Amino acid sequence: MSATAAHAGDHGHDDHGHHHKETFMTKYIFSQDHKMIAKQYLITGTIMGVIGVMMSIFFRMQIAWPKESFTIFEMFLGNWAPDGVLSADKYLALVTIHGTIMVFFVLTAGLSGTFSNLLIPLQIGARDMASGLLNMISYWLFFISSVIMILSLFVEGGAASAGWTIYPPLSALPEAIPGSGLGMTLWLVSMAIFVASSLLGSLNYIVTVINLRTKGMSMTRLPLTIWAFFVTAIIGVVSFPVLLSAALLLIFDRSFGTSFYLSDIFIQGEVLHYQGGSPVLFEHLFWFLGHPEVYIVLLPALGITSEIIATNSRKPIFGYRAMVASILAIAFLSTIVWGHHMFISGMNPFLGSVFTFTTLLIAIPSAVKAFNYITTLWKGNLQLNPAMLFSIGLVSTFITGGLTGIILGDSTLDINVHDTYFVVAHFHLVMGISALYGMFAGIYHWFPKMYGRMMNKNLGYIHFWVTAVCAYGVFFPMHFIGMAGLPRRYYTNSEFPLFDDLADVNVIITLFAIVGGVFQLVFLYNFFSSIFYGKKAPQNPWRSNTLEWTTPVEHMHGNWPGEIPHVHRWAYDYSKPGHDDDFVPQTVPMKEGEEELHH
Amino acid sequence: MTTGLLTFIVLILIAIAIWQLTKIFDLSQAKADNTQVANDKDNNINGYLMMGFLMFIYIITIVCFWKWGDLPLIGNSASEHGTSVDTLMVISMVLIFFVQTITQALLHYFAFKYRGKKGRKALYYADNDKLEFIWTIIPVITLAGLILYGLFTWNEIMDVNMDDDPIVVELYAQQFNWKARYAGEDNVLGKANVRLIDLGDNPNILGLDREDKYAQDDIIVQELHLPVGRKVVFKMRSQDVLHSAYMPHFRMQMNCVPGQTTEFAMKPTKTTAEMRETSKIVNKVSRINLIRAEKSKKLVDEGQEALEPYKFDYLLLCNKICGESHYNMQMKVIVESQEDYDKWIAEQATFGK
Repeated sequence: MSATAAHAGDHGHDDHGHHHKETFMTKYIFSQDHKMIAKQYLITGTIMGVIGVMMSIFFRMQIAWPKESFTIFEMFLGNWAPDGVLSADKYLALVTIHGTIMVFFVLTAGLSGTFSNLLIPLQIGARDMASGLLNMISYWLFFISSVIMILSLFVEGGAASAGWTIYPPLSALPEAIPGSGLGMTLWLVSMAIFVASSLLGSLNYIVTVINLRTKGMSMTRLPLTIWAFFVTAIIGVVSFPVLLSAALLLIFDRSFGTSFYLSDIFIQGEVLHYQGGSPVLFEHLFWFLGHPEVYIVLLPALGITSEIIATNSRKPIFGYRAMVASILAIAFLSTIVWGHHMFISGMNPFLGSVFTFTTLLIAIPSAVKAFNYITTLWKGNLQLNPAMLFSIGLVSTFITGGLTGIILGDSTLDINVHDTYFVVAHFHLVMGISALYGMFAGIYHWFPKMYGRMMNKNLGYIHFWVTAVCAYGVFFPMHFIGMAGLPRRYYTNSEFPLFDDLADVNVIITLFAIVGGVFQLVFLYNFFSSIFYGKKAPQNPWRSNTLEWTTPVEHMHGNWPGEIPHVHRWAYDYSKPGHDDDFVPQTVPMKEGEEELHH
Repeated sequence: MTTGLLTFIVLILIAIAIWQLTKIFDLSQAKADNTQVANDKDNNINGYLMMGFLMFIYIITIVCFWKWGDLPLIGNSASEHGTSVDTLMVISMVLIFFVQTITQALLHYFAFKYRGKKGRKALYYADNDKLEFIWTIIPVITLAGLILYGLFTWNEIMDVNMDDDPIVVELYAQQFNWKARYAGEDNVLGKANVRLIDLGDNPNILGLDREDKYAQDDIIVQELHLPVGRKVVFKMRSQDVLHSAYMPHFRMQMNCVPGQTTEFAMKPTKTTAEMRETSKIVNKVSRINLIRAEKSKKLVDEGQEALEPYKFDYLLLCNKICGESHYNMQMKVIVESQEDYDKWIAEQATFGK
């Protein structure tokens, strides 16, 4: 590591001449440059995102128009939809893989992988990550795990179909559902590799933030983006290994006949040999990652939002210290609330009380964050760029989705809405849509940094407004069908006349989903065409304070020609009295008598 | 099929139209400003759209409450503990509604009010400890109240004991149906294990221990009958994968875990007949029957049989993904008077026979 760390250090620029002769392979494929790796993450994540969203549109169509035949199903789903009618177990496969892809491949790797890699070295003033090699390995492990996950769609029996939470015994027994055969094996292998990738990435982020900050960049001067990425990496290191062990034990049960999760099973006319295990153990292990995972997804989005809202409000972020404190509080609490997914799992009800208590505590730092965002807007001079719209949109869905957490986190109320569409509505708004908005905001904001060109703002506006309307159109009514008792993961609701009056809501939801999904094409078009034909970006298009805008527009290995700039102030001196401009970059030394306000 | 395809085509056409419009929009302003950074005009338009969006959020909220907000499940509980669950639900909902309305208003109004204007300078305002203290302490107090209320109710619901002379019933889950086993006259369930399951000529489908004396009077049925006003202690078992016994009208749900017995106790307070008379159910049923009548018309036109009109019944649903036919794993639940229940149970065969 010391060799790579050296050229990331202050005196490293002398070495740079040696790095300029790059072949196509080292520049675009096996690159160790954090900016290129960020782009690789983004493109891979985007491709996975397209697949994940398409799947959701397909199963939404099945829910709205049950058992109808669609040519588009025949085209895309092949034998999963004989004669264009989606089959019941493949419906579950779609739901499972949609969840897996969106949570892990898009919103964990796609979001954190892209922006942690891009921004950590640039915003703390480092020439690269602590270890470029580990960083490269991390990306390629992610790539391999993506490929395996996609391959699992094509094996006999189909992809994993036990829900993204893959609770055994359903996920352990091929007798229980066809997707629990080879498809599930590949799912587990893919996730094991994914965890390895995520760990390498996270360790790198942590080491880089701790060791490679430029002179003057104290922890209390870090932009909130970096705080968020840093704490996210710590949560990842703490919780992802537990998922790995859960997966390994499941592989043991499936392939080597152990009984960690299985006991007393009679299926397809036969008693199986398993004795003494418990699926509840798996649930504990899974959610020990699964819940922090929500914050692994959400915190980077909130970090990005903090940065973008401050820059575009031309105001300091309100309550910097409180924002950092709430990130830390959320991170700590996130590791002791997993049991709220298990109130009715059969675990001791006393644990239910404890987890209700810790879960509802999370509402406090979350509320602080929401109020601080709103106060940051107050008396600002808001530049409503597409990135800013997505950030405001994030705050909106974060509030709407977060509030219903008060119901789900309360064990008493969870009894009746657990596993209904109420839950689907809640988590899609609070973590799915919010994190996706954070990702979009980040892309619009840092596109000039990534590709040296600007994205088209008008397409950005259309993309935002249609997405915003559709997101609420899809998920707001879902709360109501959930409160009417409609369970999630039902292939069709037509077996229950009790739910007949909810059929029209489901059609409306699906229509919004289709429109929202199709309009992502506007984004894709904007993104890919701007890479090649976008207007050339100026040095600092958003007039921002942070260090990344002091690097040359054209990328170079090592980020800065010459010395790494020193930092003299925090990242949020926007519209500070006594300065002519409405922004004061972190590299500008303090004037005589000027005070650093937040200390 | 055609609906889906048509919608799809229409959407693609809309997308193309918008793309063309943006092109024109781009060209028209190419000379003046092509920085791709928001200018005053963009701030203005999007500022107003923010207010529009706030209206949209309010409208969608109102529409949802108006169309689907009679919440057939809330305030119409069929079990004793369900009433306190509902009260807590209503309190939480009111609170959420209040906070949602205000915070969304502030967020979008500020986005509109302070939309950027060239030459204006924002207020340098980075901290206010007092303010932050206030909006930390308010959630703390509110949540403390909610947590306390919730925990008391939760502990009461989850305290499964044999007080008040309850009936003991086992709910038995398998892919993809439910069975119920009554403990019989001794009110003790006989021992059982899936290893004893026998599907032969003398079937033992739930794996009861034939030697166990408590098992002899057990009664296995496909339809759950419960006497009104009498506490029931449910013991849940599953023979294959995880299932979840969900009885929404009774505010009851508990997972069925292979290799383990789980429990839930409740007291039904309304018979099926009484529940059918409540205004919420009457409304819901008439709504459903209108929909079914319309569907039937179509079916008859196509030469198929009409749908039967719907009659309300309590249900037990599976609410944990359990395989291919998870979406159709249900059992009818009938709550009736003690006499009707006694009559019904007397007609059922016991395991020993």
